[in-house]
Amino acid sequence: MERLRDVFGNPSGVHGVSRMAKNALEEAREGAAALLGAARPSEIVFTGGGTEADNLAVAGAALAGGGRGHVVVSAVEHKAVLESAAFVERLGAPVTRVAVDHLGLVDPDDVAAATTGDTAVVSVMLANNETGAIQPLADIAGALRTANPSTLLHTDAVQAFISEQVDVAGLGVDLLSLAAHKFGGPKGVGLLYVRDGVRLEPVVHGGSQEMGRRAGTGNPMGVVAMVAAMEATVADRQAFRDRVGAARDGFEHRLAADVPGLAVNGPADRRLVQHSHLRFPGHTSETLLIRFDQAGLAAAAGSACQSGAVEVSHVLAAMGMGATEAAEAIRFSFGWTTVPEDVELAAKIVLGVVEDLA
Amino acid sequence: MRVVVAMSGGVDSSVAAALMAEAGHDVIGVTLKQWEDGDGNLPTAGCCTVGDAEDARRVAAQLDIPYYVLDYVDEFRAAVVEPFGNSYLAGQTPNPCVECNRTVRFQALLERTAELGAEVLATGHYARVVQDPDGYALRRGVDPGKDQSYVLHMLNQDQLARIQLPVGELTKPEVRDHAARLGLRTAAKPDSQEICFVGDANYRDFLAEHFPETVRPGPIVDMAGTTIGSHRGTAGFTVGQRRGLGLAVRQPRFVVEIDAATSTVVVGDRGDLLAGGCEVRDVSFVSGRPPASPAVEVKVRYRSRPVAARLEAVQGRWLVRFDEAQAAIAPGQAAVFYDGDRVLGGGTIERSLP
Repeated sequence: MERLRDVFGNPSGVHGVSRMAKNALEEAREGAAALLGAARPSEIVFTGGGTEADNLAVAGAALAGGGRGHVVVSAVEHKAVLESAAFVERLGAPVTRVAVDHLGLVDPDDVAAATTGDTAVVSVMLANNETGAIQPLADIAGALRTANPSTLLHTDAVQAFISEQVDVAGLGVDLLSLAAHKFGGPKGVGLLYVRDGVRLEPVVHGGSQEMGRRAGTGNPMGVVAMVAAMEATVADRQAFRDRVGAARDGFEHRLAADVPGLAVNGPADRRLVQHSHLRFPGHTSETLLIRFDQAGLAAAAGSACQSGAVEVSHVLAAMGMGATEAAEAIRFSFGWTTVPEDVELAAKIVLGVVEDLA
Repeated sequence: MRVVVAMSGGVDSSVAAALMAEAGHDVIGVTLKQWEDGDGNLPTAGCCTVGDAEDARRVAAQLDIPYYVLDYVDEFRAAVVEPFGNSYLAGQTPNPCVECNRTVRFQALLERTAELGAEVLATGHYARVVQDPDGYALRRGVDPGKDQSYVLHMLNQDQLARIQLPVGELTKPEVRDHAARLGLRTAAKPDSQEICFVGDANYRDFLAEHFPETVRPGPIVDMAGTTIGSHRGTAGFTVGQRRGLGLAVRQPRFVVEIDAATSTVVVGDRGDLLAGGCEVRDVSFVSGRPPASPAVEVKVRYRSRPVAARLEAVQGRWLVRFDEAQAAIAPGQAAVFYDGDRVLGGGTIERSLP
């Protein structure tokens, strides 16, 4: 909080208070660039969250230079990517959606085969926000460089950053999105890594902030908080993986013994440590979620629609899961604050509800 | 006691939830998502809208009760909307609220109520569930102008044992007073009038969009079979209808019969509308058995007075014989049998009898 006075000013102004804010913003940019392995701070564009970063990457690349470039996305992308692709499609850009296998994984060769010389951008997430499935991104980058070296590669690393190493050079990506609230930062702040030299059409128009890539008065307070959370995340990542992974595995182990037919959705050995996406055969997730909530256990299924009803997950549908099976799926998330007693309690609640419904 | 309250976002179910919470029950508020636009979202106009769900959510928050939106779109389409269209295709005039209560509200949601660990489902209907020595009785709501017992006639003992209708004991002004006393945001919200999934649209436009087969032009004929006009589809007509026939005749003409097979609308004068009775299908009785006395009162549409009649079972079919001939018996509407303010049972009008 002692930094609040440093971030009060409008970073675009010409007076002292502004300079302090501008300084804080640029320091944060340097910090973020270093943490992501970016070549220079100017490759970091701060945004109003992960969705905006995804929009800038997908729509920005497709529409760059007044074009209507071809867009390739995987079928299991976050809606921020899928709907951006649908948006540029409405403007006349061709869009290809690449199928996934039953585990929700993308085949790098399928991605490469979907591209043409006119493909502006490929967007494949680092890890799925529902199942936690980790995509073979470096392989996708390799296949893409061979097939179409001029095509940009974007990855939505929003879900993965807290527990997976994220290095833009190592991944071989041109664009990468993060959202602060997924790793302990505030909501409403995010960033897009944009490799030097990449052309993007802005999606938010106005002033020339953020190197002309994102108009609007900067958010120094949010950005400083986000980058502080990034630093803490990177420093503590291995400990997080160890602790949360053990908690998740213990939870699943406990349930598997007593829930008939319990199944992991997605690749059990290739997913984020904080995700446990399970299917409870014979139970609808709607009922389970309410029973869990009544018992003090917060879980999720699919995504909420406008009214708040749970919608059938496009991710599970893309994995070839039928509507009935998909309606039996529930996602449990584990975080920093999860302690072993929580896992034991959560497992007890789940087993109690399942037994009661049997 | 744990209670699930079906909250539509209107004042009646808001007050129902509030009264159950005030009574000290462990209340869970739910809104059923029953219908959606082509884009998968709730409609933005009419009833069952995003705004209604938001009103329900805000009322639940104010009452400090958990609140969930449950997806019943598939069930509702299969049990209510498809039969609604099919009924019009057959030349009948359906009551979708009856089918919703039969299959969605008091079947699927009642089952869900048990799954959620609740003993009772409460709704904002204006009717009363009363425990008598010989079982549960379904009675008219206290407010005669708002009574909704007609659309609940299919309820049986097993269902009534698990249903509470707290606003049935109140008049509408009393319900609004309660809402105002509690500062509920829905206190002054207007009553919904239209069919929920049709919303502000005309039901004919809805049929044309979702059941285009209902738009089949045909002749309008008089009682002698002479063609005296034409129409754009039988779904636009209900038996007893006078307006909108588009006929250039002096005397008032009414729809007497709709023959969907030939897409023919038969019109006649007031006397031609009179029927001595009707055949009723899918009959059920609240007590589980037919009344001891065949003398009942019967209501043949939501907004009509009950009239004296005799109930007869003839070769497995239920026939209603009116003491005095009744006008405008519309197949597809419910015929509900009463003994005073007690609902005996009811069914769906199959056809009128001479």
